[in-house]
Amino acid sequence: MIPELGHFALILALCLALLLAAVPLWGAWRRNVAAMELAPGLAIGMTVFTAVAFACLTHSFLVDDFSVALVANHSNTLMPQVYKFSAVWGNHEGSLLLWALILCLWTSAVAIFSPQLPLLVLSRVLSVMGGVAVGFMSFSLFTSNPFARLLPSTPVEGSDLNPLLQDPGLVIHPPLLYMGYVGFSVAFAFAIAALMGGRLDAAWARWSRPWTNVAWAFLSLGIMLGSWWAYYELGWGGWWFWDPVENASFMPWLAGTALIHSLAVTEKRGLFKSWTVLLAIFAFSLSLLGTFLVRSGVLTSVHAFATDPERGLFILVFLAIVVGGSLTLYALRAPSVGSRITFHWVSRETLLLTNNVVFLVATLTVLFGTLFPLIMDALGQGKVSVGPPYFNAVFVPLMALLVPFMGIGPLSRWKRDATSRWRRELLPALLASIVAGVTLPLLAQPYNIWVALAVLLCGWLVFGLAKDFLFRVRSGAGIIAGLKRLTPSYWGMVIAHLGFAAAIIGVVATSQYSVEHDLKMAPGDSEEVAGYNFRLLDIKGQQGPNFVADEAHFEVFQDGRLIATLKPQKRRYLASGQVMTEAAIDPGLFRDLFVAMGEPIGNDGAWAIRLHYKPMVRWMWLGAILMALGGFATVADKRYRRERRTAEVAAGGAVAGG
Amino acid sequence: MDRLKLFLPLVIFAVLALFLFRGLSLDPKELPSALIDKPLPAFDLAALGGEGVLSRDDVIGEVSLLNVWATWCVACRVEHPYLQTLADLGVPIVGLNYKDDDAEALRWLRDLGNPYRFNIADREGSLGLDLGVYGAPETYLLDENGLIRFRHVGVVDEKVWENTLQPLYDELKRREATR
Repeated sequence: MIPELGHFALILALCLALLLAAVPLWGAWRRNVAAMELAPGLAIGMTVFTAVAFACLTHSFLVDDFSVALVANHSNTLMPQVYKFSAVWGNHEGSLLLWALILCLWTSAVAIFSPQLPLLVLSRVLSVMGGVAVGFMSFSLFTSNPFARLLPSTPVEGSDLNPLLQDPGLVIHPPLLYMGYVGFSVAFAFAIAALMGGRLDAAWARWSRPWTNVAWAFLSLGIMLGSWWAYYELGWGGWWFWDPVENASFMPWLAGTALIHSLAVTEKRGLFKSWTVLLAIFAFSLSLLGTFLVRSGVLTSVHAFATDPERGLFILVFLAIVVGGSLTLYALRAPSVGSRITFHWVSRETLLLTNNVVFLVATLTVLFGTLFPLIMDALGQGKVSVGPPYFNAVFVPLMALLVPFMGIGPLSRWKRDATSRWRRELLPALLASIVAGVTLPLLAQPYNIWVALAVLLCGWLVFGLAKDFLFRVRSGAGIIAGLKRLTPSYWGMVIAHLGFAAAIIGVVATSQYSVEHDLKMAPGDSEEVAGYNFRLLDIKGQQGPNFVADEAHFEVFQDGRLIATLKPQKRRYLASGQVMTEAAIDPGLFRDLFVAMGEPIGNDGAWAIRLHYKPMVRWMWLGAILMALGGFATVADKRYRRERRTAEVAAGGAVAGG
Repeated sequence: MDRLKLFLPLVIFAVLALFLFRGLSLDPKELPSALIDKPLPAFDLAALGGEGVLSRDDVIGEVSLLNVWATWCVACRVEHPYLQTLADLGVPIVGLNYKDDDAEALRWLRDLGNPYRFNIADREGSLGLDLGVYGAPETYLLDENGLIRFRHVGVVDEKVWENTLQPLYDELKRREATR
């Protein structure tokens, strides 16, 4: 009964989404206030019913209702409760429902937190989001119904959730990632609404900014968790594989990074309007493309857990309607006349444009690398793929190019600045970063030129930021008064840029200094890795809730002192027979020690063992967390809650323009 | 003219969508070897559990399957019973024991049965490298002249055999017979 209730709720949600996509939009066109005012109610109604559907599915998982095909295929009674819960979205049908639910939540959030928006804009925005919801709900209902039953032959026990997904990190990774992915739909909806209204102004950019920043922050966290999960769960100590599915989440992030910077220019200076709109469309299109790539199986990936050409066709048609439609609208309505607002090439505008160009090139690079195998195959050139070497070769110089500009960015002035001022202001920062770049890598042996370069670049970024920060704090009446004058937006920028620097340091240090030993070890053996002595005491059998495992017991000594006890496991999951490597990690701010078990060798109890020393690997994730914090912090800015008066003035303009 | 420029993103997207559409009908899991219709690479490797050295000439001569397997490969364990079925039907299967431990591999064959005519012990993975092995299990269909005719990545089960491998195998067999 409960699954049918969920199914029915989802159908109702689809009906409400259809109404939301049509009625307020018609109202906006005919200037029918009653029709427009329906939008928030419809948005919330659609959310409630989707939430009911989601709750029903979750209930089926938690009570082990194996008459539901999805539950029988992805969950069993032995599984811990928390994984039964995450199993809801550990599969194609359920993750799609989560997608739809999160889209609804964003739509409702816009409906609730935007009382200052002119009705005309609000109704268009919500309608566009309703349209996207229609696509995803019908995708769910027509091609991948999560509530399909296995009747009358209900299995007694279910099969297992992919053991890779039975992990705390993976419980929250998909929801966070989807919060980011789907969050870009808000910026997209605002862009489309603005194109419909024919008025792209600073107000539009100001409304979009907080939503875009939050979506970007969620996406940063989601990607970070994915990388962290790959690191400790896949068992070979890698943290980024340029896998198509990783790229699918990384591309919207890159485009989103360009977007949040471009929105700043549009809001503050009224420049780059068409460009910003295009980026907003681009960022969300990449989210949809990512969904297509993951769900359709056109690319092979370790992540693709449900692939089906028919579903692929559905998403492709949907993608064609959404992206094709919005790009057509863009071509017809975007202002084609060059802006009369000008700026000197030595100005903050130029620096932000540089950011945009770099991130756009980076996005296209990743897009090309991801689709290259598909393109070659479609052209009959055979199966080829570009591996990490391609991505690294293009990506590393691009990011290195970006950092020098990031050092100047914060203290640069809008419209027109002077290079002589930059020279004067930043000379101490330059000297300090050179000193840091030369001396800091001396702490580690041997001296590594790449690490030195990374420290130099990040030092430049950090000292430039610090210079600007001090300047702003001191220009007030006193330090306290100066600190108080700093806006949350500014704090957000500082934190996010620091995070970026930390991430660069982490990536470079761990790539350059990591030590990895793959060897055969039997109980009693010991091995020296980067000054740490790993001793294998024994290997024993262990019984888990839904798996059996061989567990090795390691003690790690540094200078004769015991510093860590590590117990990696090799698990075999009972329901599926799948074998998993559970790495053991001794984490630290400056180094991780990582042990993973390979396979048993010979009959004397020896195993293939992987011992890794990974310096500063945490900085990368710490950096991503800082970036996300920065994104969240900007929302606190008072500017985004400006009193109604301003909004109404803008609304008058929008009506006149529409 | 300026307006036309704004259509550029749409055009780019249309081209991309065409490729994506084409991509739907292609199967990325079908990784054809660069060696399709090329001769099996030459090698000199030990026979698993034997004294002699095997070379290319020992493998070729009739239409056969070359199966890449290893004891560390979980999927190979899944595949194993079906290979036994095929061997019982008279399909010649040569094993390529890939990056494995000889003692382990021999124990595997003793415990699970031996569907192979013989096994090449590719301890360093050198032949695997020449073949472009992506991961075990993989199965190559060889014709009587030692040309590689097909490559299947992943487990060979009843479905794969009946839908993909057997039609090709039967055709090669017919051709071999008429020659």
